[in-house]
Amino acid sequence: MAEPVALQFRDPARARALLEALARLTAHRSEGDPLAVMHVCGSHEQAIARFGLRAALPPTLRVIMGPGCPVCVTDAPEVDEAVALADAGLRVATYGDMLRVPGSARSLDDARASGARVEVVYGVAQAVAAAAAAPGEPYVFFASGFETTAVATAAVLLRDPPPNFFVLSAHKYIPPVMEIVAEMPETRVEGFLAAGHAAAITGWGVFEPFVARHGIPVVVGGFEPLDILAGFAALAELARAGEARVVNAFPRMVTREGNRRAQEQLWAVFEPAGGQWRGIARVPNGNLRLRAAFAARDARRRFADVLAGAAPPGCAPRADECRCGDILAGIAAPSDCALFGGPCTPAAPVGACMVSSEGACRIWHEYGGAPRIEVREAAP
Amino acid sequence: MSAPDDKIALRHGAGGPAMRHLVETLFARGARPEPGVIGLDALDDGAAIRLGDRWLVFTTDSHVVSPPFFPGGDIGRLAVCGTVNDLAMMGATEPLGLSLALVLEEGFARKDLERVRDSIEAACAESGARILTGDTKVMGRGELDGVVLNTAGLGFATRLVRDDGLRPGDAILCTGTIGDHGLAVMAHRHGLEGGAALRSDVAPLNGLVAAALAAGGDAIAAMKDPTRGGVARALVEMARKSGVGVLLEEAALPVRPAVRAVAELLGIDPLLVANEGKALLAVRPAQEPAVLAALRAHPLGREAARIGRCVAEPVGRVVLDTGFGRRLVVEPDGELLPRIC
Repeated sequence: MAEPVALQFRDPARARALLEALARLTAHRSEGDPLAVMHVCGSHEQAIARFGLRAALPPTLRVIMGPGCPVCVTDAPEVDEAVALADAGLRVATYGDMLRVPGSARSLDDARASGARVEVVYGVAQAVAAAAAAPGEPYVFFASGFETTAVATAAVLLRDPPPNFFVLSAHKYIPPVMEIVAEMPETRVEGFLAAGHAAAITGWGVFEPFVARHGIPVVVGGFEPLDILAGFAALAELARAGEARVVNAFPRMVTREGNRRAQEQLWAVFEPAGGQWRGIARVPNGNLRLRAAFAARDARRRFADVLAGAAPPGCAPRADECRCGDILAGIAAPSDCALFGGPCTPAAPVGACMVSSEGACRIWHEYGGAPRIEVREAAP
Repeated sequence: MSAPDDKIALRHGAGGPAMRHLVETLFARGARPEPGVIGLDALDDGAAIRLGDRWLVFTTDSHVVSPPFFPGGDIGRLAVCGTVNDLAMMGATEPLGLSLALVLEEGFARKDLERVRDSIEAACAESGARILTGDTKVMGRGELDGVVLNTAGLGFATRLVRDDGLRPGDAILCTGTIGDHGLAVMAHRHGLEGGAALRSDVAPLNGLVAAALAAGGDAIAAMKDPTRGGVARALVEMARKSGVGVLLEEAALPVRPAVRAVAELLGIDPLLVANEGKALLAVRPAQEPAVLAALRAHPLGREAARIGRCVAEPVGRVVLDTGFGRRLVVEPDGELLPRIC
């Protein structure tokens, strides 16, 4: 076996240096009043969790999991639509992490257990290939993801896929939800770590109006552990200097203008629409729906008769008591929520923070409280 | 609410919390510890009955895999190795005999069945096991997917090795690279890029385990094969049953670069992926070098490594030191799903 190549983005020595810098840059803050920064991307939380970064951060820095991943913020009525189409006998394909996300009553996994034809795909191209292989059958791709994956969906629709291929869009758009968080009363967020892959499409310039409006710095960061720590360090520097501007800490991927061609494809196919994000808020322009020119591909229009019988919107049990929004704004901990650990568990989640394997509530549930790890070598 | 238990879902067969709950509430509800018997209450790799100064170890496994043929093996090899390994994990390294039950779908190709038979025979020859009895059923087309195999096996253990003998300070050894089987099958099933370099590790471990037991004797405190749920589930179970914690070092985990690449691509943690030719051993610290040397001297254990150690706390938990920080390793519930975000 060849020796694994040490990745330069995964050098623990450099990570320690960045962690020391973070401690220095936040030394003027305290454990009771830590610098609060938010990331707005499931991939960031995933990397933070996978590399155990949270346990290594100084207590004077608090990293809040933002609106989570696009799958977790997919609202129950959107899942209900996919379940209704699957129950009606249509083939429904989706990304793996969407399978267990609960609708008002059932998830796609539950529908599959009852005999519905639900398939897991790794990407939209795989869904198109499956549709092409069975031309007689309508094939619905339940599309989730932020602008990164929405571009992939758009590109496929622009390439004239087989006529039996339809899209049920649950795509979401990040910039508007940052506005929501910034405008939440009592919000404690003093800086945002923006997602590098989304910014590769939109360009980092997209955050400039936001920074101008709210006076909160934004750093665009990559997803390797060193990228993330460098992003936090840049935020800590900006916060300490009282500077509100956009810093691109992921220049190997992100430019100010972004990928123009991808933006053209995205907006040729999708238009922004307001919609509920699970457990967070109604986000104006936060959802991406298919434009009228693609009505023939839009599962919502094509199968409107089937969806008319789906569960009425807004009936997710106890969703009104869910405090995900407050947890995301940094003004509540999971244990402050009446549902936490009782009516809301990983097996039966109510809000986005319990759906995601990296959500704040899910992590607290796994750890039995605040995520601290104390190792003791031997019994006394 | 989601996750209704009135219907069986795929997660109920995935070996995790959902399956444990199903078995405990449905079948093991009356099971109590009995002297001289390791039974359903223990939920160990197999059962054992004391006969004089020896233990008769008994285990059974059903095998469903899609596709039935995959790089590095097939369902036949898997069926023999699964049962031989379950016996070996309890200390029965010389299988007395196996049973083989086939359930076939109408229309299954005879030449495919011959391939399965050939690998069953090859795996038996490798492990010194014999098929002594069997059964064959055929179901209608569409009533099952191709082929299901069940194997059961018997063997004697002079010293029974359980999965609950861990003490703080014990070394945790892994007999080789992790994640190979599960990712090879997943990559093959979905025709993933980069998947061609992956091969299942499916292999009979009784010879390797016999070598370790000869070198370590009573210092081998516990053994388990990290099949479904991977190293994560096996260690969580061992830690929970033993009332200790386990601290793993990520840098010490043997993972092939090709496995790591596909795992990163899919967003799947190799610690959660099934292995079919690896064992985890908890060894008292004094005998660790001897056991590790014995493992590495065996062809199936060349890449054996010390991947961590037992600690007093946190009890029942597995902690991974990533080199950057520490995190909990949590066993998966249900099938592993690639992530989009």
